[in-house]
Amino acid sequence: MGPMQTETTYNYRVVRQFAIMTVVWGVVGMLVGVFIAAQLIWPELNFGLPWLSYGRLRPLHTNAVIFAFGGCALFATSYYVVQRTSHARLFSDWLAGFTFWGWQAVIVLAAITLPLGLSSSKEYAELEWPIDILIALVWIAYAVVFFGTLFKRRVEHIYVANWFFGAYILTIALLHIVNSAAVPATFWKSYSAFAGTQDAMVQWWYGHNAVGFFLTAGFLGMMYYFIPKQAGRPIYSYRLSVVHFWALIFTYMWAGPHHLHYTALPDWAQSLGMVFSLVLLAPSWGGMINGIMTLSGAWHKLREDPILKFLIVSLSFYGMSTFEGPMMSIKTVNALSHYTDWTIGHVHSGALGWVGLITMGSLYYLVPRLFGRVEMYSVRAINLHFWIATIGIVLYIAAMWIAGVMQGLMWRAVSEDGTLTYTFVESVKASYPFYAIRLLGGLLYLAGMLIMAWNVWKTVSEAKPAEALIPAPVHA
Amino acid sequence: MSQFTSDFWDVYIAVVSVVSIVACAVFLRMQSVRKVSAKVETGGAKATTGHTWDEDLAEYNNPLPRWWSWLFYVTVIFSLIYLVLYPGLGSWPGTLGWTQVGQLEQEIARAESRFGPTYEKFAAMDVKELSADPQALAVGEKLFLNNCAQCHASDARGSRGFPSLADMDWLWGGSPEAIRASITEGRVGTMPAWGEALGEQRVKDLAHYVLSLSGGAHDSIRAARGQEDFAKTCVACHGAQGKGNSAMGAPDLTDKVWLHGGSEERIIETISKGRVDQMPAHKDKLSSARIQLLTAYVYSLSRGGAAMPHRK
Repeated sequence: MGPMQTETTYNYRVVRQFAIMTVVWGVVGMLVGVFIAAQLIWPELNFGLPWLSYGRLRPLHTNAVIFAFGGCALFATSYYVVQRTSHARLFSDWLAGFTFWGWQAVIVLAAITLPLGLSSSKEYAELEWPIDILIALVWIAYAVVFFGTLFKRRVEHIYVANWFFGAYILTIALLHIVNSAAVPATFWKSYSAFAGTQDAMVQWWYGHNAVGFFLTAGFLGMMYYFIPKQAGRPIYSYRLSVVHFWALIFTYMWAGPHHLHYTALPDWAQSLGMVFSLVLLAPSWGGMINGIMTLSGAWHKLREDPILKFLIVSLSFYGMSTFEGPMMSIKTVNALSHYTDWTIGHVHSGALGWVGLITMGSLYYLVPRLFGRVEMYSVRAINLHFWIATIGIVLYIAAMWIAGVMQGLMWRAVSEDGTLTYTFVESVKASYPFYAIRLLGGLLYLAGMLIMAWNVWKTVSEAKPAEALIPAPVHA
Repeated sequence: MSQFTSDFWDVYIAVVSVVSIVACAVFLRMQSVRKVSAKVETGGAKATTGHTWDEDLAEYNNPLPRWWSWLFYVTVIFSLIYLVLYPGLGSWPGTLGWTQVGQLEQEIARAESRFGPTYEKFAAMDVKELSADPQALAVGEKLFLNNCAQCHASDARGSRGFPSLADMDWLWGGSPEAIRASITEGRVGTMPAWGEALGEQRVKDLAHYVLSLSGGAHDSIRAARGQEDFAKTCVACHGAQGKGNSAMGAPDLTDKVWLHGGSEERIIETISKGRVDQMPAHKDKLSSARIQLLTAYVYSLSRGGAAMPHRK
């Protein structure tokens, strides 16, 4: 393959690599999730081994599903989308390859160090400083590849999906570097550069924007390409894209303090976090409206096309959790919901419902095209996956809502004699049935992911990697 | 009370906050009134913005849904009102004067006025009276389950390192006064580490002597050797007979009750590495009436009286 030839085709190789690893890490991350959900019912499942203990496996689960599954999905789709909507091959094949192998190295290192108990103890940023440096290098390379490709685009306008991918890449670089700033003590131990309340505030500035930019803006980029493509319809409103894009990325930055209500964080910062979380409601919903209304006039497709089902239902969960989030940021609500399983339910309606389903729908669109096939090996299996996953999500989040509200009410219940009505352990005991339902929901969701893995394997194993030609420059 | 180190930051953050919120509304308004370029093409099909990507990707330019714009405006207005009422703009305290510390103090005061009389009645009773009063014991039990059970267990039988409160074996004394003092001021029980000073063999000898004190299985030759060291190093706290000393929380070594385990291995560990046991002070956490109730409850536990009325 000479250089002349490579510039006439898109780089599908790195997209394929990331797409396949998305499925692999999805299975792994969800399996760990199901395992720790079972540990909450049967604590003996740690078998007395420290590296199987809940405290070490929980960060492994979150890192695996967010950064391994979600991260690979974002790499795959952003590389695919930026090429196809820029009519240009990726800026550097070598650098793109580095982002793939670098990111896999980060994931493998996480899978080794977290069970060993090596942790910075910052939520969603647990990896120790040498791995943080590798992440920063990979991420900068990612930015160079992405923006380099945009720079050499052969269409005049930048497609809306790329605004979101671009915002996510820039912001994650900023968040990661600032929040991971630390003083190394040994090779595997460091201390945060920030102290006390400031440290907590920096952490949740990072934490909430990891949700806002990694898990929201990035996946909205995915949404803005795969929904109009799969529906065969134009995006509903360019203007809505503009308004909700700028409002979303501006407002998210302020919302972090709602994680620190009723703590040592000063009142004024808590209030700002709360009001900006409320202002965030409309910008969040803008994306949902734009996606769902893209289907207007073609609703019938939703009945027949299981990929569209994934994509559109993911937006419903997105709308639901972005309504729930601002509500939970209200101090009065937060006083009840904070520290309970309600938060876990909220996170999973976003993670399983929004991030998971939009990724699966996009991959079902993407994988056949990357391997020169018309569609997935089994369309019926896609349908089955959809229903199993949806039922799993509903069981999961309903169980956590009930458990969460119940815990909040039990913790604050006061008897006539002024003592707490319930001990903490009684609230744990009362949560057991809901932990069992959650486990069932998680198992269903994992089963769906396994069906997907089988379907992808069947689609890919006998196919040849596809090459796609870059169209000739369009003359308006 | 200002959280800011200077007037500059105070004003700076307030201005940035207000401008940011207002800017959201201004931006929304600007985008709403901009002319919509989408026209209806011949044949009734709506026109797109005219840009195309990747063969068929296009976008309409429908106006912003009105209900959505209103939702956006309402959140902005709510935010501005909220920031007038509550602290949020620099050191502006808010017209309601609300603070989270103030809210806590209010809630505590409300609880005191509601529950205070109940506790005043109990505070006037002595421990022996209380320990025979089912109502007092019921309150005591709930206090115990929420404040003590974390270490001493729900059945008060403790676990390794945490003494059982349900027997008559007391480290610091079982009189009402001693129990109250333990809860109020806390206790620190320290056993020094002898491993380095004595060496492995002598520690083992000592352990066998300690085992012999309570009639446990032991090597009598080692025990005989250990007796000498016991007389030199242990008697100061545990006494010549090994009966312990409640003035310093030194346990009785002649009974079968072991705080840190009574196997040869555990005793060797205790002697060589020492132990530090801590019972936290509760005087700043619980009112004296509540401590009095807890004292009565704990006192009643070991006497098998009316204790644990709710135990199943």
